[in-house]
Amino acid sequence: MAKKALVVDHVSMKFNLSEEKVDNIKEYVIRLLTGKLKYNEFWALRDVSFTLQRGDRLGILGLNGAGKSTLLKIIAGVFKPTEGTVKRYGKIVPLLELGAGFEKQYTGRENIYLYGSVLGYSREFIDSKYEEIVKFSGLRKFIDVPVKNYSSGMRAKLGFSIATAADPEILILDEVFSVGDVKFRRKSMRKIRRMMADGTTVLFVSHSTKQVQKICNKAMILEHGKVTAFGEVAEVIALYEEKNGTEDIDGGKGKMKKAAREDVTTGTSEETVTTEEETKKK
Amino acid sequence: MKAMIKSFKLFWSRRHLLAELVRKGIRLKYRRSYLGIIWSLLEPVLTTIVLTIVFGTLLGRKDRSFPLYILCGRLLYSYFSQATKAAAKSIRTNSGMIKKVYVPKYLYPLSSVLYNYIIFLISLLVLFPLGIYGKVSLSFRMAGIVIPLLVLLCMTYGVGLILATVNVFFRDMEYIWDVVLMIIMYTCAIFYDPEKLLKSGYDWILNYNPLYGVIANFRNLMFGDPFEWDRLLYSILFSVAVLLIGNIIFYKKQDKFILHI
Repeated sequence: MAKKALVVDHVSMKFNLSEEKVDNIKEYVIRLLTGKLKYNEFWALRDVSFTLQRGDRLGILGLNGAGKSTLLKIIAGVFKPTEGTVKRYGKIVPLLELGAGFEKQYTGRENIYLYGSVLGYSREFIDSKYEEIVKFSGLRKFIDVPVKNYSSGMRAKLGFSIATAADPEILILDEVFSVGDVKFRRKSMRKIRRMMADGTTVLFVSHSTKQVQKICNKAMILEHGKVTAFGEVAEVIALYEEKNGTEDIDGGKGKMKKAAREDVTTGTSEETVTTEEETKKK
Repeated sequence: MKAMIKSFKLFWSRRHLLAELVRKGIRLKYRRSYLGIIWSLLEPVLTTIVLTIVFGTLLGRKDRSFPLYILCGRLLYSYFSQATKAAAKSIRTNSGMIKKVYVPKYLYPLSSVLYNYIIFLISLLVLFPLGIYGKVSLSFRMAGIVIPLLVLLCMTYGVGLILATVNVFFRDMEYIWDVVLMIIMYTCAIFYDPEKLLKSGYDWILNYNPLYGVIANFRNLMFGDPFEWDRLLYSILFSVAVLLIGNIIFYKKQDKFILHI
């Protein structure tokens, strides 16, 4: 029953920090002459290894800059790791920064075909799914409007609808639930749950331990590019909350929470909800 | 051999995306213009009229086939120039997509070269009315234009791959290439008779210009003359060389693109 879906094997990723800025000859020559061409090495990921079986839902926890997005991009194939390999079994669909890859001059309809083909679907297949995509996105009225006139929420909706039209074996979710309105978020949550029930493997990044707990069966903690914990979701989350509970001790905490509580109307900020519960426990 | 079959299979699995990218290039090129794709016919006709008036008067060429002569060179050159420019920018203009999903990156320069090629093939239709105007009689040799047209495609893709790679790391390449293209234009004998130049001792300018080899052969065939084999062979060798070099440096550097766009 247990089939491998994803094997990440000793993956490390190195960035040369100053390298990204040199993009013209003048600057290059100046740097070459002044000897500043030596790059600052930065290891975003160090020796990350794990294996997921089909149907596993992995939550990736970590502070900003821990390497979560880098890891997802390596798994999606956007980055090539400096060291190590990633083996993917089946079709992989990344939901990273939804709708950012759209052609802005294209209409919604044209983007469905373009984005669909980027994800590897044939024209005939998109034809057959077209109705479903438009219906799910709820953008029928605007489907022949150029995407440059869409709001970011509309783009995200369309992006989500296209990406989840087929049933990928592996789904990568990077904070996708922070976009779109409440209604759409609920709808997309239902869709992802259904896909998970069908055995889709999910990688999920979130700052909200509550969301991770709800969705995932496994979790891992990334700290400065290293995996510090990997295992059953409850244990890892307990560890994570314990760590971050003790880590940020500051006086203004209570005040901040009060302000945050007033903001919470429809549960938009799930993170504050968790911390609230923490305080209640205490 | 196995590797070739495998890479072809990979390519074949991405044919829908390639088709979609080519379609996108054509659509966006003429989007929001009233005449749309008709411009691909109108533009060469208009520039040919201007060039005929200017250079016809300057060089004293009054024969009715001169517009066709200009158009042949002009069409091929402008394809080469537009396609290589588009290929040079292709990685950067598609950076949004490249940063999000894995796509074989050579599809971007390839689609730039191909969509321009399709527009170029459509614009070749203009040769018919100008041929009739110039009273050029139909000849079986005209069928041979397929060969220079294929050489042109390969050469353009090879050069496009090199430019696309270099341009990711040095964006100045776009501007340098504009200047190089201008030099190429003046050394292709598009609107002057190459005979004078060939006899003047500066013949190396034409002899070493691989694009001139393509244009000269294309034009010969259109006027019912035979191939110039030595020029054609030189252009073919050049195309094979740039295709090889282009592929090698593109594949060597493509994993680094993401860090620079």
